[in-house]
Amino acid sequence: MVDEGLKSELQKQGLFVTSIEQLYNWGRRSSIWPLQFGLACCAIEMIATACARYDLARFGAELFRGSPRQADLMIVAGTVTKKMAPQVVRLYNQMAEPKYVITMGACSISGGPFREGYNVLQGIDRYIPVDVHIPGCPPRPEALLEGIMNLQKKMDAQKLWQMEWYKQGKKREYPVPEFGPNGLIPKYNPEVFDPMKGNIETEDIRPKT
Amino acid sequence: MEKIEEIQKNLEQHIPGVELIAERDAFLIDRKDLLTVARHLKENPSYAIDYVSCVTGVDYKEYLECVYHFYSMAKKLGPIILKVRVKKEDPKIPSLTPLFRGAEFQEREAYDMIGIVFEGHPDLRRILMWDGFAHFPLRKDYIPEDQDV
Amino acid sequence: MEEENIALETQLLEINLGPQHPSTHGVFRMNVTLDGETVVRLKPVMGYLHRNHEKIAESGTYLSSMPFTDRLDYFCSMTNNLAYALAVEKLTGIEVPERAQYIRVIMAELTRLVNHTVLVGFLMNDLGAFFTPTLYAFREREKILDLFEATSGARMMCNYMRFGGVKADFSPGFIEKAREIVANYPRFLDEFEKLLTENEILMSRCQNVGILSKELAVQASVTGPMLRASGVDYDIRKVDGYSIYPRFKFRVPLGEKGDVYDRYYIRILEMRESCKILEQALRDIPEGEFISKQGATGAKSPRTFKPAKGDVYGRIEAPKGELGFYLVSDGTANPYRYHVRPPSFINLTILEDMCLGQKIADTIVILGSIDIVLGEVDR
Repeated sequence: MVDEGLKSELQKQGLFVTSIEQLYNWGRRSSIWPLQFGLACCAIEMIATACARYDLARFGAELFRGSPRQADLMIVAGTVTKKMAPQVVRLYNQMAEPKYVITMGACSISGGPFREGYNVLQGIDRYIPVDVHIPGCPPRPEALLEGIMNLQKKMDAQKLWQMEWYKQGKKREYPVPEFGPNGLIPKYNPEVFDPMKGNIETEDIRPKT
Repeated sequence: MEKIEEIQKNLEQHIPGVELIAERDAFLIDRKDLLTVARHLKENPSYAIDYVSCVTGVDYKEYLECVYHFYSMAKKLGPIILKVRVKKEDPKIPSLTPLFRGAEFQEREAYDMIGIVFEGHPDLRRILMWDGFAHFPLRKDYIPEDQDV
Repeated sequence: MEEENIALETQLLEINLGPQHPSTHGVFRMNVTLDGETVVRLKPVMGYLHRNHEKIAESGTYLSSMPFTDRLDYFCSMTNNLAYALAVEKLTGIEVPERAQYIRVIMAELTRLVNHTVLVGFLMNDLGAFFTPTLYAFREREKILDLFEATSGARMMCNYMRFGGVKADFSPGFIEKAREIVANYPRFLDEFEKLLTENEILMSRCQNVGILSKELAVQASVTGPMLRASGVDYDIRKVDGYSIYPRFKFRVPLGEKGDVYDRYYIRILEMRESCKILEQALRDIPEGEFISKQGATGAKSPRTFKPAKGDVYGRIEAPKGELGFYLVSDGTANPYRYHVRPPSFINLTILEDMCLGQKIADTIVILGSIDIVLGEVDR
């Protein structure tokens, strides 16, 4: 963008130089509103993160909204069962763009300790795209804070002109699975999940060494 | 708490025609006697059984069994354990819900997981799995779907 | 002029307090039929967190189910572990050394403090005091979680009890820290009570709401603080006298009316009794081993732990009610049948009866006062 030396010179004069994209992303990532969506034990660590000791409010994310229409972020905290999976996908469809998903805990990443259960979905990333995975059982509140910081870094790095929802106003919606006699139909959504490779849309934002 | 032989003698005295087989600490009874024995335990003032604590369905491969643990809150004694066995082809047991309201959800769960049908239950449908689920998961011959293919 | 009484034609409204709703009890759904704002019918739907604990336990060893019992009632992992350990010890006859018994009682009563504190916080959430009492409650909970983490390695999912004792002894400095926390707890309860117990809004919204009579409570197999708030004197710590509870002097508080206010207040009183038990236990704890020899070999090589054939039902007074485990053993290293008797699930039987005739806003409060945790309801 702008040369760093020029930037600091101008700052000394009282002029602040940035780009619209940086400003837009800064505004978005400093006020993420999560959806109140705790499923199981990880939800309690999520509440503990929002409480006074680990304070999620410093990251702008203290306001948990009850309705998916008003939320930016869905933290899937806890085991997703096959009975609950259609509702999770419906909630994801109802959120407005830009929207993000964090899977917190081993259960929502891949089924976790309950993986061999007949009613347990082996990871919510079979049906919806996931941005940040936070492993742990349950992850400590500090781990959730690290996950939110990683999401903020991802938001900062998103180039607006290339985002589908910015260019064409398209909203991502995925078909809701249905109950079959022994499981869900379909078993996974081939648009977002490849059984050999896992979730397709996740980008790796770690710095390349 | 009386010894099991004394309880057996007491019950056989008061309920003519009941068949009780004592196995260690539980009574094995036939399903046609279940309601009479339960009603007697409830009304007999020396037992005053008013609390059914646990209703469990078990799948032994040749038959299905339902185990009831009864306690008395008024007299603070227990447990009195009853076991009822049925064949898989005809898994019907009379429901205890009209006598003890607390058995309602537990019997629904035994139906959902093992497949024992409780006759006389006010609302017998699946409680933990969705309504279209076609199998009884806690039976030993249940095969879950493979999510990897 | 004649006054005509024109009745307005109305219909019953059926709504879904669906699995995702802004109440921290988890994924629980209620199909409610309303006449205006009054509840006419209420059917609970559960199973959204059915994680197949019982089936998974059948394919693992006895010890491998211990971490899964943590996740049943995820606020109270220590008491879940204790109930399972007691059931297996009843099945096999393993003895538990003295120091381990005291350690178990201390952990169980600390868990009871955590559970009741958090419950009062969440009940206030449901009433509309959004988050301030919860913040106070979680502040105290964090102090006790530090103790749990120092001893067992994890804040919430402790996996601490073993058959025949506990996993590890107290770290040095634990007893002094625990004494300090227990000595300050009555002061925190006084602060909490000053804000809440005589609060006008709480009293007018909670008194005479959701009344549960004695007879109906006993009929519906309700246990725990909900039963005692209706006036029935049944505390399994006194009735069965498991572990070393008969050595401690404590009272069992009883309620009078069985409404939501009684259920809230009885938990405050129970917390004070738990502090008394903790003082006595921390004062009297002897030196010794923390696990018996038989238990230690069972813990090191779980696949050789084969109880004799038979079945057992072991129960304890968990903070939410009677938690029981029914185990059937066929002589191998895996249990043949493993069944959990969950208090929250069975306490829900009576939800519909308590809510009929009440307003929809009271339904949320009544559900909050029953104290359910979906990990236990659905297993």
